[in-house]
Amino acid sequence: MLFDSTLSLKHNVQIMKARNFRYIRPDSLQHAYRILEENGGDAVPIAGGQSLLAGLNMRLSAPKLLVDIGGLKELAGQSQRDGTIRLGALTRHGELLQSDLVRKQLPLLAQAAAHIGHVAIRNRGTLGGSLAYADPAAELPACSVALRATLVLGSAAGEREVKAEDFFKGLFETDLRPGELIVAVKFPAPQANTTAGFAELARRRGDFALVGLAAMVSARRDRIEGARLVYFGCVDRAKVAASVSVAVSGLAMPVLDTAAFEREIRQDLTPDDTPGLRAETKLHMATVLTRRVLNSLVMQAAS
Amino acid sequence: MNTNTRSSTGIGARVPRLELQRLLSGRGRYIDDIKLPRMLHVCFVRSPHPHARIVSINVEPAKQARGVEAVLTAADINPRCEPFVGVALHRPGHRSAPQLLLASERAVWQGQPVVAVIADSLAEAEDAAELVAIEWAPLPVVGDQMQAIAPGTPAIHPELDDNVAFDFSLERGEPAKAFAEADYVIEEEFRFERQMAMTLETRGLIADFNPGDGSLTVIHAHQSPFQMQDVFSRHLKIPEHKVRVIAPDIGGGFGMKLNLYVDEMAAVVASMVLGRPVKFCVDRLESFVSDAQARDHRIKARIAFMKSGEIVAMEMDDIAAVGAYGMPMRFNVAEGMMAITITGAPYSFENYKARTRSIYVNKNLIGMYRGVGMPLACIATELLTDLAADKLGIDTVEFKRRTYRPKSSLPCITPGGQRLETVSFHECLEKLVELIDYDALRKEQRKLREKDVFRGLGIATFCEQTAYGPPYYGPSGAPISTQDGCNLRLEPSGSVRCVTSLTDQGQGTLTGIAQIVADTIGVSIEQVGVIGGDSSISPYGGGAWASRGMAIGGEAALRAGTMLKHNILALAGTITQTPPEALDIIDGQVVNTRTGQPVISLADVGRIGYFRQDTLPPDHDVQLSVSASFVGNDKMYYMANGVQASYVEVDCETGFIKVLGQWAVDDCGRVINPLLVDGQVRGGIVQGIGAVLYEECIYSDDANLLNGTMADYLVPMADEMPDIVVAHVETPEASTKLGAKGIGEAGLIGAMGSVWVAVNDALKPFGARVRHQPFTPERVLDALARARSGRR
Amino acid sequence: MTDLVGHEDVDIEATLNGKPLKRRVKARQHLADFLRQELELTGTHLGCEHGICGACTVLIDGRSVRSCLTLAAQISGKSVDTIEGLSQSGRLADLQKAFIERNAAQCGFCSSGMLLTAYELVSTGEAASRAEIREYLSGNMCRCTGYHAIIDAVEAVIAARTAGARQS
Ligand SMILES: Cc1cc2nc3c(=O)[nH]c(=O)nc-3n(C[C@H](O)[C@H](O)[C@H](O)COP(=O)(O)OP(=O)(O)OC[C@H]3O[C@@H](n4cnc5c(N)ncnc54)[C@H](O)[C@@H]3O)c2cc1C
Ligand code: FES
Ligand code: FES
Repeated sequence: MLFDSTLSLKHNVQIMKARNFRYIRPDSLQHAYRILEENGGDAVPIAGGQSLLAGLNMRLSAPKLLVDIGGLKELAGQSQRDGTIRLGALTRHGELLQSDLVRKQLPLLAQAAAHIGHVAIRNRGTLGGSLAYADPAAELPACSVALRATLVLGSAAGEREVKAEDFFKGLFETDLRPGELIVAVKFPAPQANTTAGFAELARRRGDFALVGLAAMVSARRDRIEGARLVYFGCVDRAKVAASVSVAVSGLAMPVLDTAAFEREIRQDLTPDDTPGLRAETKLHMATVLTRRVLNSLVMQAAS
Repeated sequence: MNTNTRSSTGIGARVPRLELQRLLSGRGRYIDDIKLPRMLHVCFVRSPHPHARIVSINVEPAKQARGVEAVLTAADINPRCEPFVGVALHRPGHRSAPQLLLASERAVWQGQPVVAVIADSLAEAEDAAELVAIEWAPLPVVGDQMQAIAPGTPAIHPELDDNVAFDFSLERGEPAKAFAEADYVIEEEFRFERQMAMTLETRGLIADFNPGDGSLTVIHAHQSPFQMQDVFSRHLKIPEHKVRVIAPDIGGGFGMKLNLYVDEMAAVVASMVLGRPVKFCVDRLESFVSDAQARDHRIKARIAFMKSGEIVAMEMDDIAAVGAYGMPMRFNVAEGMMAITITGAPYSFENYKARTRSIYVNKNLIGMYRGVGMPLACIATELLTDLAADKLGIDTVEFKRRTYRPKSSLPCITPGGQRLETVSFHECLEKLVELIDYDALRKEQRKLREKDVFRGLGIATFCEQTAYGPPYYGPSGAPISTQDGCNLRLEPSGSVRCVTSLTDQGQGTLTGIAQIVADTIGVSIEQVGVIGGDSSISPYGGGAWASRGMAIGGEAALRAGTMLKHNILALAGTITQTPPEALDIIDGQVVNTRTGQPVISLADVGRIGYFRQDTLPPDHDVQLSVSASFVGNDKMYYMANGVQASYVEVDCETGFIKVLGQWAVDDCGRVINPLLVDGQVRGGIVQGIGAVLYEECIYSDDANLLNGTMADYLVPMADEMPDIVVAHVETPEASTKLGAKGIGEAGLIGAMGSVWVAVNDALKPFGARVRHQPFTPERVLDALARARSGRR
Repeated sequence: MTDLVGHEDVDIEATLNGKPLKRRVKARQHLADFLRQELELTGTHLGCEHGICGACTVLIDGRSVRSCLTLAAQISGKSVDTIEGLSQSGRLADLQKAFIERNAAQCGFCSSGMLLTAYELVSTGEAASRAEIREYLSGNMCRCTGYHAIIDAVEAVIAARTAGARQS
């Protein structure tokens, strides 16, 4: 979901020009922290702007000060050390697609990034922005949970680390505290016998998914040994679908029958009815998608 | 017409459009690109409720806001404009309440304008608009047509007693008897949700009232400047010769920019009140609640046929929700009327019964949009005949071959009342069958079904009424001109300047006109300059709608070209002392037809004609500017036709549909420029696919729009759309020299039909049928679930 | 003293269509409005102002971006190219020619965005299938052409450019 389409109609005016605000471009991360501390709730960071500015144009929110963190070197860059891959918060979606490091070590992210919007969106939108925005239909929050990522959060008070699965608290809600920024995301390099699986159902290329699945699965021969499945588009936030993950473990591949995990899908997923799509339909789609993702892994393994 | 067909730019040639280099360099000039001195910007405060009483309005804080020039309400605006009553006088019984510019006591749709805020910039107008405080008392809402006609539902407009705007029935032959005696009857229900035209450029205008001389100039992104000249003059009481309407470059129209909008009128009134230019450009969110919408029909249709394969009767019952008022000038009964009158047109049958009702609901107005009711007729006809063929165990193509109206029956009037003269159903079908390699596709389809891949092939035949004539609108009382005109002038240097009454929203009409003029006179297209869309300088005319530009405006250009050529040759004859009959114009040179030798250049004719009249005999009357108009006096419309095919794949687990291929064979009479015609067909097809698969204004039961952004209203984008193959059959219109019929709507009509049939073809192995447009994944899955549980 | 509060007006220094640009801009003004209203570069169009249609596409540091989802203030230190500049420099010439020959524009409202996105694609110098071209242009809405002619045009330019690259 990009934004709630009904919101603007609840007002008297349909508006496309943002309200007034101030703008500042900090010179350093420390400077950014001080600005955020000084201005409290009035200040909002802007990274790629691909979610924030659409909302501002429609006057769905009204920050007093935008803090442009887009030029901060401390938030950029990719590195790998001791089995951990660290991606700066400003890593663009497009870079996920192109980076050799990501493609090799974290293919799930590269696969997912291809589904985020369109080239112009991917040229600006950032990893940190996507995680901070915590859209329940977004790809990257789900992937970061599936990949057991850890977020590095910083503020004037210093840095702390939070596991992705603890970071997402609810619909557009995260563990970010006032004045805090996402600095980077750390991913453990996946183990050798695990494979990434990804699929989503979106009406058009680049649209937010009706239902999507990011999966890390380990298998031995034709049997699934362990799975970490994270759905998006049909949950309020990115979290491990615990019951389904357990239910599919031990299944022989290809999975032909979905009976083994249909009940668990209903336990783990909490879709709402949305205009033109009932929750029941989303559950059905999630079931189909789960089978397809699992079976695509067999094909991957075979080839 | 010049028989010299060597020309690479003449009639029939693939001439690239003259204005494209400009448009592709960012040098177009669209309405929002234009600034006038002292120009103000208006933004409207609109009703957030589908139906509510206005308890109070406080505009004081808004008036104090920075940059604000005025905040105007109904009391300031409405008295200056004669109210609109959108009824078609040629449709007896059609009723509408009068529509005022701004809501005064009550709002009857979500988005109805209430207050106009005028400021130095749009951002400031929006800042101030947020400060306008309106207290609302919500009223009971009439959400859809079924609720609207249910007993006990209150009338939206109490003066009309109920919510029925229009109720029309027709009957030919003996349908009741035919249905009773038929071997088979198939009945289907169809539902078409509301959709939008969604031009990429939104609506807009700049109104410039000059208090100095009481004149009004409106630069208007509108398809028909003459219609608006009339409306501004009549409703704002300004003498017509003081009103000038100019259409700039326009970012798409599709009929939507043909309607009349109260917010646009209010912006013009604001300019009159303030005596300054006022710009009103609808923003995207506003377009969702203020642009005329389209469709919103529920149709029941039946077909009766015999074991022999003969169709004996059809029936249509249409109920349309047309919004809160009749659409001024363009009405909103046309979709229903076209749907019921065109149904069945390509097929032989005698007995027909039909009814259409237009119903008021608390929603935005339905207006003109590409295809109007024609796709509904095509869909009902083609789905029913396809099912009939199945029932008979006959291949659908073979069934069409047998039951299309034979050429020998032409001209004829169909049971729905359509006059068919030069249609070519059989030729189009045969060409299509060859083009798509029909048998191979069917074979592939059967093979894939064994592997649980469900593909469908749909073929749809359609008729397209184009270029309405005076008998169509004349009796309606609407001052809508069905003529068009063309001024031509030989310039002293030998080039030709053309002013047409047409407008161009991207169709390429102006290039087509240049081709016709160039070809008729005998000059190259580079020697012809064309402008259109200015009500003060061209001959009177209709503008762009109903696929009429080339057919009517083109004929006017052809006639003007013939006149100018005649005059040029007369002058050249006098100068060179040759009988004009012995002269012709080829490649910009006057030549001797016998020898083929050039005798004088057009530049010399022009030079002498304008500057050296002293060298001519005193009685030689030089007329190097001519004007011609054309209207097909006795014709309701021209009738174009065609056949399209869609090949689709349905993912029966997820309900997702992919269009794999689309083919169109079209007969629009003489093709002036295949490049333009193919563009119209392909563009229309993608809008048609969009309508069937994606586009829908989703409303809650109480008429609140739920998807009013482009993120949630899905338009077809490049990745989902197929390649489209286009071919032509050319059967010229018999009543004009040019022989062109229209093409603007054909693509959309046929594509909607063929995609409907194709998707339902793919679902046949399940016994499932999807009949609720758009075919969202959920609706497809629901159809499959219904079939599984034994319902259809 | 370090600034901690920011300003409603922001000074920017950037490169626009190859020339240096120094301006004071309103913080709330998006890049498209800045180009269109302040600089009167009206070739960049607005179709939605919420990021969906692609009509407002410009290049920043050579990459396609939505100018309705970029603040004018954000271009400081960057290089911006618009349809006007790319047309004048001739860098779009082969795409424009291909578009004209195939009638890949009707009303022309989508064309600036379409051309700039296509330019980014053809500038990679890599071959692309029709499906890949469609995917690349999937964020640019065209309501008029049905896309087919646009895909034809871009395909032709890619073919010509890659052939040229092989020869040289
Ligand atoms: C047409 C379109 C299609 C899209 N499709 C998709 C899609 O399919 N899938 C998808 O996932 N997304 C999609 N997006 C959204 C896109 O991915 C955004 O880029 C992303 O959601 C936000 O990243 P950003 O850098 O643009 O953040 P911004 O818009 O700059 O910021 C978003 C929010 O995060 C905060 N923020 C940003 N960076 C940080 C940080 N480092 N620390 C703390 N807070 C921060 C901001 O204050 C703001 O509240 C789409 C957007 C558009 C316009
Ligand atoms: S105007 Fe920027 S994407 Fe539509
Ligand atoms: S040409 Fe009109 S939107 Fe593309």
